[in-house]
Amino acid sequence: MKVMNMVQSINNALDIKLKEDDSVIIYGEDVGVEGGVFRITEGLQKKYGADRVFDSPLAESGIIGTAVGMAVAGLRPVVEMQFSGFVYPGFNQIISHAARMRNRSRGKFTTPMVIRMPYGGGINALEHHSESMETLFGHIPGLKVVIPSTPHDAKGLLIAAIESNDTVIYMEPKRMYRAIKQEVPEEKFNIPLGKAQVISPGTDITVVAYGAMIREVQKAMVLAKEAGISVELIDLRSIYPIDRDTLATSVKKTGRILTVTEGPRSFGVASEITQIINEDAFLYLEAPPKRVTGFDTIVPLPKGEHHYMQSAEKIFYELEKTVKY
Amino acid sequence: MLKEYDPLKKKIFRVIDNDGKVINTKWFPDLPDEQIVKAYKDLLFARTADLQTISYQRQGRIYTYPPNLGQEAISIAAGQLMRENDWMVPAFREMGAMLAKGATLKELFLYYMGYEDGSAFKEARNMIPTSVPIASQLLHAVGIAYEIKYRKKDQVAFTFVGDGGTSEGDFHEALNFAGVWQVPVLFIVQNNQYGISTPFKMQTASDGIAIKSVAYGIKGIQVDGNDFFAMYKAIEEAVSHAKEGNGPVLIEAVTYRKGAHTTSDDPTKYRTKEEEMEWDKKDPLKRLKAYLKRKKLITDKMEEKLLADYKKEVDRQFTEAENYGPYPVEDVFQYHYEEMPDDLLAQKNEYERFLKWKEARV
Ligand SMILES: Cc1ncc(C[n+]2csc(CCOP(=O)(O)OP(=O)(O)O)c2C)c(N)n1
Ligand SMILES: [Mg+2]
Repeated sequence: MKVMNMVQSINNALDIKLKEDDSVIIYGEDVGVEGGVFRITEGLQKKYGADRVFDSPLAESGIIGTAVGMAVAGLRPVVEMQFSGFVYPGFNQIISHAARMRNRSRGKFTTPMVIRMPYGGGINALEHHSESMETLFGHIPGLKVVIPSTPHDAKGLLIAAIESNDTVIYMEPKRMYRAIKQEVPEEKFNIPLGKAQVISPGTDITVVAYGAMIREVQKAMVLAKEAGISVELIDLRSIYPIDRDTLATSVKKTGRILTVTEGPRSFGVASEITQIINEDAFLYLEAPPKRVTGFDTIVPLPKGEHHYMQSAEKIFYELEKTVKY
Repeated sequence: MLKEYDPLKKKIFRVIDNDGKVINTKWFPDLPDEQIVKAYKDLLFARTADLQTISYQRQGRIYTYPPNLGQEAISIAAGQLMRENDWMVPAFREMGAMLAKGATLKELFLYYMGYEDGSAFKEARNMIPTSVPIASQLLHAVGIAYEIKYRKKDQVAFTFVGDGGTSEGDFHEALNFAGVWQVPVLFIVQNNQYGISTPFKMQTASDGIAIKSVAYGIKGIQVDGNDFFAMYKAIEEAVSHAKEGNGPVLIEAVTYRKGAHTTSDDPTKYRTKEEEMEWDKKDPLKRLKAYLKRKKLITDKMEEKLLADYKKEVDRQFTEAENYGPYPVEDVFQYHYEEMPDDLLAQKNEYERFLKWKEARV
């Protein structure tokens, strides 16, 4: 075991895969010499050479479209979007090709590639640097969407994503990059995609979150404990495939559910989870499923961002109302 | 002139040398001395503001800021040639041009402090806000230029992009549309040799950017972007070309980003001191100043006085921005639609109830 933050554990996962599989290729804007603006790929070009880890021209459609070609031909590209807010020029390639190649060719061609991208707010950034748009990807048939919340999970999920034969959107909560350190095994390990994890068991209410929101819920749980409320916290980890069983099993026990997401409310992950519970655990519900989400607005610039962001208090406010319903 | 500097000839357009000596009398722009002095003053002001903004950032008083250091002559020349009714479609490293168009330093500070109000540019005519997604704004300029042509207006659309931005598909689509439509738009590429850490040679295998105009069937010219006179003359010619209905022009301004990409970047990771020193000799302010000193139009003493005044003025506007006040809840919601949808209004009301609850708790 070694103590790592999320930057180090992602770098470590990439290092392991580069070493053991020469079909793994890493590229994107500024990922080579500089090691990426968040230093995720630091040192990898030196170690593995500029034909395996390199800077691309500044073009997201170019990056993702060429990755589709590489993947079809048998490589395993792991490409970086500098920020999730800049993936949109590459949307055509993701939606029209990466997500469809397997189906279109009736399984003959596959696109085993990973598109990594930092997402989310709370870092006092300029426009387009703070959004949480996982819903957009979760809505596209043919994509897997993964979001780690800890250094440990970041490593295991990324290794599984690189080894997956499907296209995986791997979203990194950038606020958590250096926020926490924890012990992470130095050797290779996988965390299966599509499986949620019960982080802490409880009896009164199920709270589902992922990415940077896990830590906010944990802060809210301190307030909940003071109020005598026992929370079962689930880290969703995969937006798609979504782990219906873990969600339903928990709600059958607690009878209540609150989902916390950072992104906008309408048509979001929280709405999806609510409907899953309606379908799979309706008769166990003691209160309507609730959600704490961003507003249906653009994330304000830093001076207004605190209005938009989820906080321990915002979460506790809804949590208490749901328990007292 | 555009013919003489056809990009296929691979000649860079330059008017003064590094010591401010005129090396190209044929194309020296026809400018009264006062206007040249004004350009120098504006450049000095932009530089003072830029350097002070970096220090405010270091003091934690603003967030991330992209310095203009070393590239200012491009914006100053464009700023002098943009008329009030011309359009300005910026990228994000054109402080001098934005100020010339009527933005205030206070607004720019507000923006970098994290207020959207800093993008409202209340006094500026025909300027849209900064565009963070690289190169996406270029197509807007082409659409604006279509309106100009359609309505037969006496206007030109100016738009800016970096060398990195020329790799985006949007850049190529913009040039292509502008060429097909033959609309009055000027594309000014600030080729500062880097897109963050990525050197120009990693962006394109082509010999410069101006030459890309050829394939799109439009005019292009490569200009020494650190030479105010060359930039002025090139843009002046391009404006006439566009206004006469001859279509767009692609101007490649060859320059150097002397500072970091933004205040969160460290250039020592990817470039050498020697390279930086080489470009320092070509600094646009130094060159313009050398020209004016030789003509005895300015003195060191004058510069000292100006500098002191400018520092005060920058500080004054910064203080005003710092006292702008809190960010009201309404401002999160009110600018998305002409009329706020009921569901959004409900979200706002719910948030306000939460704020009351929170207040009552403590
Ligand atoms: C579509 C998009 N991709 C990535 C980024 C992140 N980014 C911001 S500036 C920059 C480099 C821009 O280089 P260049 O166009 O040369 O402009 P310069 O910064 O040198 O002025 C990058 C990659 C972005 N803002 N937009
Ligand atoms: Mg550049």
